[in-house]
Amino acid sequence: MFSACGTVVSASQFFADCQLLIKPFMIYDVTIDGKNYRLELDRVDDGWSCRVEGRGVEVDAVLVRPDVLSLRVGNNAYEVKHERVAGEIYVWVGSSRFAVEVRDPRSLHGRARTPDDHGPRKLMAPMPGKIVRILVSEGAEVEAGAGVLVVEAMKMQNEIKSPKKGTIQKILVSEGAAVNAGDVLAIVE
Amino acid sequence: MFKKILIANRGEIAVRVIRACHEMGIAAIAVYSDVDRASLHVRKADEAYPIGAAAASESYLNIAKILDVARHSGADAIHPGYGFLSENAKFARACADAGVKFIGPTAAAMDAMGSKTRARQAMERAGVPFVPGTSRGLESFDEAKEVAARIGYPVMLKAAAGGGGKGMRLVHAPQDLKAALEGARSEAEHSFADSEVYVEKAIVNPRHIEMQVLADEHGNTVYLGERECSLQRRHQKVLEEAPSPVVDVAMRRRMGEVAVRVAQAAAYTNAGTVEFLVDEQRNFYFLEMNTRLQVEHPVTELVTGLDLVQLQIRISAGERLPFTQDEVQIRGHAIECRIYAEDPDNNYFPSPGKITLLLSPSGPGIRRDSGMYEDWTVPMDYDPLLAKLIGYGSDRDQAIGRLTRALNEYFVGGIKTNISLFRRILRHRDFRGAKLDTGFLDRLLKEKEDVPIADPKAIEVAVIAAGMFAALGAAVNRTSTGEARPGSHWKEVARSEAMRGSLKS
Repeated sequence: MFSACGTVVSASQFFADCQLLIKPFMIYDVTIDGKNYRLELDRVDDGWSCRVEGRGVEVDAVLVRPDVLSLRVGNNAYEVKHERVAGEIYVWVGSSRFAVEVRDPRSLHGRARTPDDHGPRKLMAPMPGKIVRILVSEGAEVEAGAGVLVVEAMKMQNEIKSPKKGTIQKILVSEGAAVNAGDVLAIVE
Repeated sequence: MFKKILIANRGEIAVRVIRACHEMGIAAIAVYSDVDRASLHVRKADEAYPIGAAAASESYLNIAKILDVARHSGADAIHPGYGFLSENAKFARACADAGVKFIGPTAAAMDAMGSKTRARQAMERAGVPFVPGTSRGLESFDEAKEVAARIGYPVMLKAAAGGGGKGMRLVHAPQDLKAALEGARSEAEHSFADSEVYVEKAIVNPRHIEMQVLADEHGNTVYLGERECSLQRRHQKVLEEAPSPVVDVAMRRRMGEVAVRVAQAAAYTNAGTVEFLVDEQRNFYFLEMNTRLQVEHPVTELVTGLDLVQLQIRISAGERLPFTQDEVQIRGHAIECRIYAEDPDNNYFPSPGKITLLLSPSGPGIRRDSGMYEDWTVPMDYDPLLAKLIGYGSDRDQAIGRLTRALNEYFVGGIKTNISLFRRILRHRDFRGAKLDTGFLDRLLKEKEDVPIADPKAIEVAVIAAGMFAALGAAVNRTSTGEARPGSHWKEVARSEAMRGSLKS
């Protein structure tokens, strides 16, 4: 792992440095399954103070890997993993998966200061292929999970779905177009 | 014994063969395509040679290039793994011509089993049971009527020239036969320009049970027990187990002896598998023979205590089988899951990409044959099999319990995998009750998924963790761009730690 000056340090030193760099009081709006939760986090001595929807929760956390938290809530222990797949952020509590959106309500754009973007979402080609069908038009309202276009690759057709409820802001390809992995195909806002 | 073995394959099976080589003190030679340079099998090999572009035809299927590497490296044998060139008689012959031992059967044995009609004729001579029916085309409706009445309904009409389900008709009752025959003939004519149709007994809800055989080059052939492989999706195996829950000792002996006769009829040597369809009355019928080591060989290894790849190498080196049929024991139960980079929420579409986090299970009764590692990018050019996870126990329930526990420990972050499918399968009432047949998985996938209501405690934990990851992620970004904390001497501490060496978690 890298320290602030770019030299290599141990994991525990890194975590200690991170915790010292966290702002003293953080507020987040976390959305899971369409429901919003207000979260307040505060560093207190060596531990954390935490309120979920105004209710105090006793929490103790150790970051064992950059994407793995060993969390104790009271005396219950949880191994929580964090990953990003195809533009979605997932938090796994044990083997239960939760799609999450995290927003910092105090930041200028209402977005959390993380590399994980929010707001307009890009639909990307998962692999090289060909657009065989466009299912909606620009301006259409879609639900989360609605099919937006169909990409054919490796002799199979893959429906690219909207990651969120919203409006199709732009469709950037036409039927018959060849695409590469990572190409942005459409934007939902 | 061989000094150097070239492994003409990639991924988890290449790693598995490399391990057998190292256990036997044999140098392992890897080949890799342009997209496989960072693969695990290259890291584990003693020598590694590039063999060209990603496309299999230019690399792993390119006989000339592979034999070139064999020549250049001085390999005295080649292990073909499974898939790719493993059942390619032309490759087996080319190895022989090049003076390199092909670890597998002879080209002649591959040819004997490769053609369905030739295999059937050889099986008839060997007295092997088939799915009852005709092996020539039906001449008339009257003949069809007579044969169908004799073998019993339901029957399957099949196009002789056919495949892919075209020219096939399932007929439940005599009154449907005429229309079905006309339909099958015209579809066959249309699809293959050949209206020849034959008839077979339709096996209702068959099980797919296969028998492992092993033969040395001195005439000794044994069977090593069966594997139940009925859990398939689009004719691709997904989960296998040994022994089969419906095969008792007597049936194993009968099937095993038939499998040995099949192997002997083809003058087979080395490892092979005889596939059977088994009906609800536990009658078994020869389907075909696979002239290679199979993906699911670990379940047989665990219940017999034998190392099939080591035995393959020994047989090829001219050794006799070190045990007799009577010494083969089946003990305990093993179940294997094939972990694929596929998206279960999107029709199992392949999901290549970078593995950002890998937490791998281990512990009692767990075997993991894997080709992946954390930070590896899964290429999109090949079959996306990442790893095989096998649970072994003293009985089927213990194997299921251990495998379930291991699946809960397994975490592959950054890509989609089919791990959640196996949790669904293992807790299914019919799976636990061993009520399996080749339609099981299709039926399960059609069932509405029993999605448990999220535990509110788990949601709360997810909320808290999401916030912490966001906060720490922001801190991670700030540290990695080089901001130093004012008034600390940890810069010096960090430098001296760096001198001592880094720790990657």
